[in-house]
Amino acid sequence: MKALINMLTRLGRGSLFLIKILAGIPQLFLRFNLVIRQVYSVGVQTLLIILVAGLFVGMVLALQLHYTLTTFGAEDTLGLLVDLSLVRELGPVVAALLFAGRAGSALTAEIGLMKATEQLSGLEMMAVDPIERIIAPRFLAGFLSLPLLAAIFSAVGILGGYMVGVDLLGVDSGAFWSQIQAKVDFYDDVLNGVIKSIVFGFIVSWIAVFEGYDCVPTSEGVASATTRTVVHSSLAVLGMDFVLTAIMFN
Amino acid sequence: MPDTLIQIRDLHFTRAHKKIFAGVNMDIKAGRITAVMGPSGTGKTTLLKLIGGQLKPDQGEIQVDGQNVHQLKRADLYKLRKKMGMLFQSGALLTDLNVFDNIAYPLREHTNLSESMIRSMVLIKLQAVGLSTAHKLMPAELSGGMARRVALARALALDPMMIMYDEPFTGQDPISLGVLVKLIQDTNHALKLTSILVSHDVEETLSIADEVIILSEGKVIAEGSRDEILQSQSEWVRQFVDGKADGPVPFHYPGDSIEKQLMQAPK
Repeated sequence: MKALINMLTRLGRGSLFLIKILAGIPQLFLRFNLVIRQVYSVGVQTLLIILVAGLFVGMVLALQLHYTLTTFGAEDTLGLLVDLSLVRELGPVVAALLFAGRAGSALTAEIGLMKATEQLSGLEMMAVDPIERIIAPRFLAGFLSLPLLAAIFSAVGILGGYMVGVDLLGVDSGAFWSQIQAKVDFYDDVLNGVIKSIVFGFIVSWIAVFEGYDCVPTSEGVASATTRTVVHSSLAVLGMDFVLTAIMFN
Repeated sequence: MPDTLIQIRDLHFTRAHKKIFAGVNMDIKAGRITAVMGPSGTGKTTLLKLIGGQLKPDQGEIQVDGQNVHQLKRADLYKLRKKMGMLFQSGALLTDLNVFDNIAYPLREHTNLSESMIRSMVLIKLQAVGLSTAHKLMPAELSGGMARRVALARALALDPMMIMYDEPFTGQDPISLGVLVKLIQDTNHALKLTSILVSHDVEETLSIADEVIILSEGKVIAEGSRDEILQSQSEWVRQFVDGKADGPVPFHYPGDSIEKQLMQAPK
């Protein structure tokens, strides 16, 4: 019972915190350089892991699907299946999980350490609102970066699938691309995937900045907040993926 | 400016079920250095956070410059904070900015001064703490004493009416300690500031304080001028000022006697 009350209290605190962040976002349009700096640290520095993981996921998908599709003589649909798997599902979900591990944990640790070293209190005493200057730019940067990273993940994954399917396993190049062109629907497939990544970006960024701001300001407190960010974000992404998929594709 | 800059009345504050303040009253006189002293854990830093409006009391009120801190709207509280400087124990410098940008930060946030004017002001503040040549260094490259001097320069950036020092002498080598003591005294007199100095370093603090307030167990146990405190015969004051291990503040943490504990079977 006590655990449930604690969980609800934290959820309440997190929601109030989110309202304060959202209220601070209009101010950021006057200081957009703060957001751009964070997009670099949250988004650009996550790019490498997204590129490498996207490539391998696309290559493995092509191998697995080719093995099954040849049984039915349907290997020409390889490009389509790789594309749909990535754009609808794996792109947004895997990119969000990697983003939570790489950027979300870094955000929590950074904000937590700023709290532990009194930098946030120092800003308050300088009459500067830390939520407006520190938290909101990081939240917005995360929210903007993840959809772009997910799109890059899917694009690189399709290239990985092409390399394995066409160059290695001999699927026809024209069939690979034309199936994608003919069967992938912009609204049903691509846009739904983009909506998913926007929702995931919102959730992961919210959890990451809240855990950092709300952590116990000690080494142990920052460490457990960082762990919570990765665990809670991953579970939230997977749970929300099910809900969104059920709404979008049924 | 009134004679009394800060007035605290019937202050009660509890944290994690522990009573930190139970009816504290104090007056901080304008233009003076007031030392707030007491053993560790008596809530000295908490007192500064209450004065700065970062924490809310359970009961009582704190007036700074005639304004009740905890009844101000956010915009008014921020306006008041611009007139309050605070030097944190850790320095609290922004670690992603260099020394120059740390000091320029409040100026860029709260004024419309040109960059050349900001540059001049920052260098003047740094010169006052003896670090004008260190303006390109990052906080990680500074020693503890240098970081506190930079933090002092930042606290002075907006020309406040008062400065709160949170344990400025903790963990300093003798040279840094001497520099900080001199800086606090010189800054206060040159700029006619009101300073609140929270510390448990008796010798250094008493060497520069005009007024002294000693806190223990949530109450003010002694207050007066430096000389009055030094001559006080109160057991509390003597234990604290002379650094005696035992006295009204017990050496042993309250609980069962050692005999009783030894007789108990381990759980």
